[in-house]
Amino acid sequence: MLLFLSALAFAFRPAGYEVGDTVSDFKLKNVDGRMVSLADYGSAKGFIIIFDCNTCPFSKGYNDRIAALHTKYSEKGFPVIAINPNSSEISKGDSFDEMVKRAKQKKYAFAYLHDDTQAVAKAFGATNTPHVFIVHKKEQLTVAYIGTIDDNARDEAAAQKKYVENAVEELLAGKPVSQPKTKAIGCGIKWRDA
Amino acid sequence: MRFFLVLFCLASSVYSTRAQALERVSARELQQRIQAGGERIRIYNFWATWCAPCVKEMPLFERYRSAHPEVDLVFVSLDLNLDPDVAKVARFTQRKKIEAQVILLDEGDPNSWIDLIEKKWSGALPATLVVNPQNGKRVFNQHEFKEGELDAFVALVK
Repeated sequence: MLLFLSALAFAFRPAGYEVGDTVSDFKLKNVDGRMVSLADYGSAKGFIIIFDCNTCPFSKGYNDRIAALHTKYSEKGFPVIAINPNSSEISKGDSFDEMVKRAKQKKYAFAYLHDDTQAVAKAFGATNTPHVFIVHKKEQLTVAYIGTIDDNARDEAAAQKKYVENAVEELLAGKPVSQPKTKAIGCGIKWRDA
Repeated sequence: MRFFLVLFCLASSVYSTRAQALERVSARELQQRIQAGGERIRIYNFWATWCAPCVKEMPLFERYRSAHPEVDLVFVSLDLNLDPDVAKVARFTQRKKIEAQVILLDEGDPNSWIDLIEKKWSGALPATLVVNPQNGKRVFNQHEFKEGELDAFVALVK
């Protein structure tokens, strides 16, 4: 019994969304102070939702690539929506004020939302930053891809497989995503103590 | 005399670089080590110098190791994924006086190798795998350990 209980203590967080699951909309505060929902993007064909943060070196390594994804795909109907899920009690550099600073400094053209209660990260089953969920909007919002941005965090120029770009291109072409799930190295989300 | 001094310095610097050099291991090689037989429980902690919670939990693992000499501990660094400077990891582990074995995982595309290590692993750091080759039990966790939790976690494979 004790073993069973301790096994539970180490159980994984609720698994969250899998590819093909329907996504519930959310409402989170953007760095410009406004509340943002997916429903606000009337003409979007989908979303590149990226759980991201200020402090993770892996996130920093992907910062420019995330901006480039937004530049390339927002016009085509797939804007980037970055969501910071880290508890600012544990990670001071991820407070809302620090997010505002980062967005200004890096001139973020995309939404950078504060998941203050971590409820959205839990619903999605995000585990780390950066962690990408591509959502396809048809009759419903459906998860089309979960994973990493590309296969080389260290060097963008050396990246061979651009998983997110490929997935969005396939969705735009009306095809199924050929590689809908990949592993994403990154900083574990700083969960608030339960 | 000066010549010998220079020679000595050179030799000792070569020696110390040697002493610091960490082993680079492929995912397949690591998979084989994880699956290998043996008598002792083995803890594999996946970390990187850039991962603050990893660095924070390292002393916990070191203390566990001192208290449990019957258990093997291996710190598997994923630093190469972000930074090619391997000496940095060696300097770091020396400065932190890490006594357990430290190896560098020498792999690129995470999507190609994470499943070899552990299918449940999303790629988040820190992550810890404990295996008991005697009974085949293994447990995996991808969160930071707090004081006192490691004992109970390792006990799961006993």
